[in-house]
Amino acid sequence: MLDNSLSRRRFLKGTGALVVSFSFSGTLSEALAQSMASSNSELDPTSLDSWLAVAQDGTVTVFTSKVDLGTGIETALAQMVAEELDVPFNRIRMEQGDTTKSIDQASTVGSRTIERAGPQLRQAAAAAREELLKLASKRLGAPVENLTVTDSVVSVVGNPSKKVSYGNLIGGKRFNVKITATGTGWDMKVAPEVKAKDPKSYKVVGTSVPRVELPPKLTGEFTYTQDVRIPGMLHGRVVRPPVVTSKPANIDESSIKQIPGVVKIVQEGSFVGVVAKTEWAAIRAAEALKVTWSEPATKLPANPDALYAYLKNTKSFRDQVAANKGNPDSALAQAAKTFEASYRWPFQLHGMIGPSCAVADVGKNRATVWTGTQGPFRTRQAVADLLGFKEQQVRVIYVEGSGSYGRLSTDDAPEDAAVLSRAVGKPVRVQWMREDEHGWEPKGPAQLEMARAGVDAQGKVVAWDFMDRGFPWTAAQGMPLLASRQVGLKPAAQGSSNGSQSGGEIYAFENQKVVAALIPWVHPDETPLRTSNLRAPGQLARCFASESFIDEIASELRVDPVQFRLRYLSNNKRATEALLAATKKAEWKERPSPAPAPSGAVVIGRGVALSDRAGTLCAAVADVEVDKSVGSVRVKRITISHDCGLIVNPDGLKNQIEGNIIQGVSRALMEEVKFDARGVKNLDWDSYPILTFVDVPEVDIVLINRPEMQPLGGGEPSIVPIAGAIANAIFDATGARLREAPFTPARVLAAVKAAAGSQKG
Amino acid sequence: MARISLKVNGKARVVDTDPDTPLLYVLRNDLNLKGPKFGCGLEQCGACTVIMDGKTARSCSVPMTDARNRSITTLEGLGTVAHPHPLQKAFIEEQAGQCAYCMNGMIMTAKVLLDKNPRPTESEIKQALDKNLCRCGSHLRIVRAIKRASQQA
Repeated sequence: MLDNSLSRRRFLKGTGALVVSFSFSGTLSEALAQSMASSNSELDPTSLDSWLAVAQDGTVTVFTSKVDLGTGIETALAQMVAEELDVPFNRIRMEQGDTTKSIDQASTVGSRTIERAGPQLRQAAAAAREELLKLASKRLGAPVENLTVTDSVVSVVGNPSKKVSYGNLIGGKRFNVKITATGTGWDMKVAPEVKAKDPKSYKVVGTSVPRVELPPKLTGEFTYTQDVRIPGMLHGRVVRPPVVTSKPANIDESSIKQIPGVVKIVQEGSFVGVVAKTEWAAIRAAEALKVTWSEPATKLPANPDALYAYLKNTKSFRDQVAANKGNPDSALAQAAKTFEASYRWPFQLHGMIGPSCAVADVGKNRATVWTGTQGPFRTRQAVADLLGFKEQQVRVIYVEGSGSYGRLSTDDAPEDAAVLSRAVGKPVRVQWMREDEHGWEPKGPAQLEMARAGVDAQGKVVAWDFMDRGFPWTAAQGMPLLASRQVGLKPAAQGSSNGSQSGGEIYAFENQKVVAALIPWVHPDETPLRTSNLRAPGQLARCFASESFIDEIASELRVDPVQFRLRYLSNNKRATEALLAATKKAEWKERPSPAPAPSGAVVIGRGVALSDRAGTLCAAVADVEVDKSVGSVRVKRITISHDCGLIVNPDGLKNQIEGNIIQGVSRALMEEVKFDARGVKNLDWDSYPILTFVDVPEVDIVLINRPEMQPLGGGEPSIVPIAGAIANAIFDATGARLREAPFTPARVLAAVKAAAGSQKG
Repeated sequence: MARISLKVNGKARVVDTDPDTPLLYVLRNDLNLKGPKFGCGLEQCGACTVIMDGKTARSCSVPMTDARNRSITTLEGLGTVAHPHPLQKAFIEEQAGQCAYCMNGMIMTAKVLLDKNPRPTESEIKQALDKNLCRCGSHLRIVRAIKRASQQA
């Protein structure tokens, strides 16, 4: 029976069949995992069986609420468990994101999976190994100290014929062992009393094990969220209002009469959707359905200038202080020279290639949801709140979707599917159309950065005052999502923080203040400019601003940008080494910026930026080519160093870094959500272009491995310094300072002209 | 509704469908194929790419009337995990992909490129793929994989 559940996992991963069907009636793996489906209780984190199970054939199934979003954590976490258990890597199966089978380890966000969930699973595995050794000791009649494990087989040292496999010891049975587990989510400490292996002995961790899920993805055998099909399933599409509280004043049902296969038009509050027998009928019906909406009361800021003025002039509801020492104000007053600049960062899209999608099957007192959510438990709570269910009445099953970069930590589609499924009493699949995704995905918030600094007569920075003014995430944990808002649930809070790191706090300035101010953005009528966590939330903008600003000071003082930074990093060994590693690799030549002006329209330059995200350090050097006659910027190469402590899978990490760099170049050069007082204007890829093959830079990566440290995250830290490095490289090439992203030809051209004007003046 | 015949991955198929239905939905929902993906429905991203009579086609925008009697190859028609096509093998060897939602389009576009031009330059590979979007940023590995496949062919 255990094999059933394992083959079901393979089934889900896509060995051919398309229709997947699940029910609350359990398989043995559920029983092993103390499935709470029937008991309406949660799994117990102090039970070892909640974390992993050993089958008779020795296969180890690991239960985790962490999910692989295409970043490779399924493979990396499996490596950590295989290492700790002494089980061959290919005998580990990761069962991800089923709320009836896993402990809530928090959403897969913030580059925290390897750092936090890694040790949780590692310690559970170490506890399991300890128990297996105890069982083997009894079975083999030898003390635990005399036992050794190789490839899941325990044997007696010096007498290798005395041996027993894990499968024989416990296969198909529960451990029935208690471990300690304190705290919740990613802060949960699991079995800290169990001694894990010395990293010096690692054989699997630290190697480039190929990604387990990649081959079926490349042959069409993998089942994505978008491929889930449930027997009896119908197709739904949602017709969105201008703002969430716009009322459908009139729905003209006759407008879709001619479309065969329409099952129902569903309206609840301002939520309007259609359900049909085929996907194409649902798409046509949603397009054709004539809905007259009440005029929205809320107007968006009409343009970017109005938006940045709003950010500058509106009182914050919370100031997050990333650094506060000395007295920057009085130091500024006494400084020999002062600097001041502000920087703008626009709303940007996560831009999933596959739009949001989910299947929901809502019954009278049970609901099941299949979705690519980054937070299965968060989605469970959202759907339960929407349906008026207890959380335990909802089962969320993770099925990987398109890469989401934060977008699916507030996963809207399950709510749409749940409303529609409840209305028709059948499973309903909802997939957003491209304009829905571009229009309504919660955007990375716009930010305004305001920086002041002072230097003394010797050119030493004596004051640093950095203020980030931005919006919180209005789509965040505990905040009702789109369909919930449309059926009438109200937000009870202003939203969550967009982070505070990368405001220059990495440097040891005597008088230093770094503050991230949250400006209210929750309207009674939520607009399509919803906000949420976009990869390395808020930090690209802050790093762009703070790393540009320090470059501006270095340039004014005619000091090499790397040498200038190093002066303030003397107490930060890892940051120093990261900066030196990247600049050495990039063959950085010491000189002040900008480069001596060459003749001709096409000029080259290089720029550097440094970042720390959640303890992972990166330094990036950008090499750019700028055509001053048209303002076009070509990023030719990014050289980056990356220190995330102990590296679990070097090639997997490089894959992530390459992706971060390419996405970062795209966001720095091209990406900006356009809007007017009525809504979002770029509703397709032509109007929101992203970087494509011909413009992708070369990438040169220096991995800094620190086996003496715990592993830290690699999913997003390396995107942080990219925009800053590019802005500094553009300055190096042209003498023109870009203070607003993205660095479009129009902005570059304007900056080049302004720089030429000021030189003449 | 209309009965429409076409050939998919070498097999003759007949589907009963609204003739305006884009080929993508028939492949995915009637013929149970998962390779071609919905990305935009606007011929902008390439996730839905199939090969139709030897040329790439954006199946999200090919109505079934235009697919009548045509020969369609999808990602499934190239190879399997057990027996991958040389291109798929090269993508696996280069670990080209993260979420890999776009990879159907990348591989199918590369297949048509290599069929026409077995030894493309790096620049030709980039040009051929330039209308295919990847958000995870796997571009460098994709280019390396196609180069690898072209060298092994």
